[in-house]
Amino acid sequence: MNSDNQTTACCASPGLSLSERIGRDLPRRYRNEQRFQRLGLAAIIIALSFLVFLFGSIISSGYSAFRQTYVQLTVTFDKEAFTSENLAAADYAGMVKGSLRTMFPAVKGRNDLKNLYKIVSPSASFALLEMVTRNTKLIGTTQTVWVLADDDVDMLIKGQLSGEGDESNRRLKDNQLAWIDQLKEQGKIETRFNTTFFTSGDSREPEQAGIWGAVMGSFYSLLITLLLSFPIGVMAAIYLEEFAPDNVWTNIIEVNINNLAAVPSIIFGLLGLAIFINFFGMPRSTPVVGGLVLTLMTLPVIIIASRASLKSVPPSIREAALGVGASQMQTVVHHVLPLALPGMLTGTIIGMARALGDTAPLLMIGMIAFIVDIPGGFTDPATALPVQIFLWADSPERAFTEKTSAAIIVLLAFLIFMNASAVILRKKFEIKW
Amino acid sequence: MELTSPQVGTSTQSTMEGSGFAASQQAGGQSAPRQTVGDPFVANPRMTARDVAVYYGEKCAIRGISIDVGCNEVLAMIGPSGCGKSTFLRCLNRMNDTVPGCRVTGEIRLDEEDIYAPSVDVVPLRARVGMVFQKPNPFPKSIFDNVAYGPKIHGLIRDKADLEEVVETSLSKAGLWEEVKDRLHEPGTGLSGGQQQRLCIARAIAVSPEVILMDEPCSALDPIATAKIEELIAELRTQYSIVIVTHAMQQASRVSQRTAYFHLGDLIEVGPTERIFTNPRHRLTEDYITGRFG
Repeated sequence: MNSDNQTTACCASPGLSLSERIGRDLPRRYRNEQRFQRLGLAAIIIALSFLVFLFGSIISSGYSAFRQTYVQLTVTFDKEAFTSENLAAADYAGMVKGSLRTMFPAVKGRNDLKNLYKIVSPSASFALLEMVTRNTKLIGTTQTVWVLADDDVDMLIKGQLSGEGDESNRRLKDNQLAWIDQLKEQGKIETRFNTTFFTSGDSREPEQAGIWGAVMGSFYSLLITLLLSFPIGVMAAIYLEEFAPDNVWTNIIEVNINNLAAVPSIIFGLLGLAIFINFFGMPRSTPVVGGLVLTLMTLPVIIIASRASLKSVPPSIREAALGVGASQMQTVVHHVLPLALPGMLTGTIIGMARALGDTAPLLMIGMIAFIVDIPGGFTDPATALPVQIFLWADSPERAFTEKTSAAIIVLLAFLIFMNASAVILRKKFEIKW
Repeated sequence: MELTSPQVGTSTQSTMEGSGFAASQQAGGQSAPRQTVGDPFVANPRMTARDVAVYYGEKCAIRGISIDVGCNEVLAMIGPSGCGKSTFLRCLNRMNDTVPGCRVTGEIRLDEEDIYAPSVDVVPLRARVGMVFQKPNPFPKSIFDNVAYGPKIHGLIRDKADLEEVVETSLSKAGLWEEVKDRLHEPGTGLSGGQQQRLCIARAIAVSPEVILMDEPCSALDPIATAKIEELIAELRTQYSIVIVTHAMQQASRVSQRTAYFHLGDLIEVGPTERIFTNPRHRLTEDYITGRFG
């Protein structure tokens, strides 16, 4: 029936040559092709614009956190204040207050003075202590020092807090605004590169809060993850791919590994809480437990990636090695592994990048605790970069908004660095044929 | 094709011959293997195979293969695709061990030693029976390392000078030394196809094997490279026994002393190459070499 129709169709236009008949349909085919290309292009543009929007919004709200407002004080280290041997016992807060009073002698009254003292960060007294500890000769002299401004002042200087509106609804009162203007005129207030953000741990005071504690926590956790998951994952992949007999058991293992890769990460957190903390009694909130949990999460990813890269080694190489009498282990170690290694490294780095960005399992094992100290080892309480972002995003202070974005920038920078090194490693070790 | 009443040159033909193509398509069924005609055995064999059968799972790939490989001879194995000649070749150095579900029965002896005996280790066996594959497969390492790999892993060399000598001799025997002596440390994969195949031959002979198996070594090469390999095979014959699987009948007639014809898992006929190509005794052999099928 169908062929009859075609025959009639062919015969209906007897004068047409083959190329004419094909040519009739050709414009439609090319139109389809162009439409297809445009759809693909549109998809890429949409994806890219989302990415640009994401980066744009994060960077625009986070870049200001890399600068911080400082106030210049003239501090007198009075000899009489240092009575005891213990330098920490001196009243540094009093020195800061005294210095502010000298700058604004007109300010009187308890409330006004309190407002005045609020212009500088409470951390100023620690900065003085540090100065004196470093150089005891300063005692008895008068020094000009730049100390951190309070976070509200910082926000005002960066234009993120307005001085308009009803005074009672404002963080900064009218007299504070006047003092700040006065300081600005005298050049005693300025923004500088924010080293605190990169060198200190978390704090309730936004101007003192930094990500170094979280970075170190992430570093220790990831170190454990790498040291455990890379060798275990690669060995498991090699065994399953090269040595294991093909039977029911290996099939069950394979299916389960694939399932594990799809398990939500918070489940691994619960497992870590139940096993490592409750059963083995490991200390909570520590990088060692975090690393173990992230290892559990990363292992399936590494095993799957390593097996895929072992599979992609051409069988002719295995045959060649076996053909000259190499044992199976020699075949794997001398020939298969070098060819599969770039893929394994890529899989590992991508798994590690996932582990670096994962928050949920760490919440379950207590790495969400507020920790000011910078962890010095695997068993010190710590938090991690993504958890720090979560904590700051949850904080009410206005100044934590930019800190959150800045921490996201740092995390993204690490992730981009890791993924880029995965690409570079693959290019470097790739063996050309 | 009128296979119902095959003309046979000898009286040793089994009755199953009459069942022809259709029945033997399912090799491994209950039907008995076809009897081999000609002279499969030689006086002073290097390797002997007796009643060898190979099964891939339930499927029988070859059966009832009995043949000798003589010293210093080139034995060519010809036959249509899927006839089992490569399968049989890979039994001779137990490369079939690596195929999951592959089972070999019968007996294969190398210098009177059963190579499928439980006590035999495949590692020294594969050193004694080297192999060259269809597609040139040099390691992605330098030319020097390709040749040096076998002697190194088997501990056949004492020092660096020794190793260099082995590499030079092997490459010279493979006719490649003059072409590569100035670039020994360049990757072997950068050579041309024919050079790569000769490198693979050099790699195989570097461990001084007794037998070299070649699985269609020239099928991926152009005629000039093929001619070089064929020349090389003729030279190598003086020191090694060579078993070569080939699809090109002219090649079999050029390089081999004896030829074996395989058909659907059976060894049909074995004989001196000249006789096989001029006066085949079995109808199937004749049909194949005259180009009526295959």
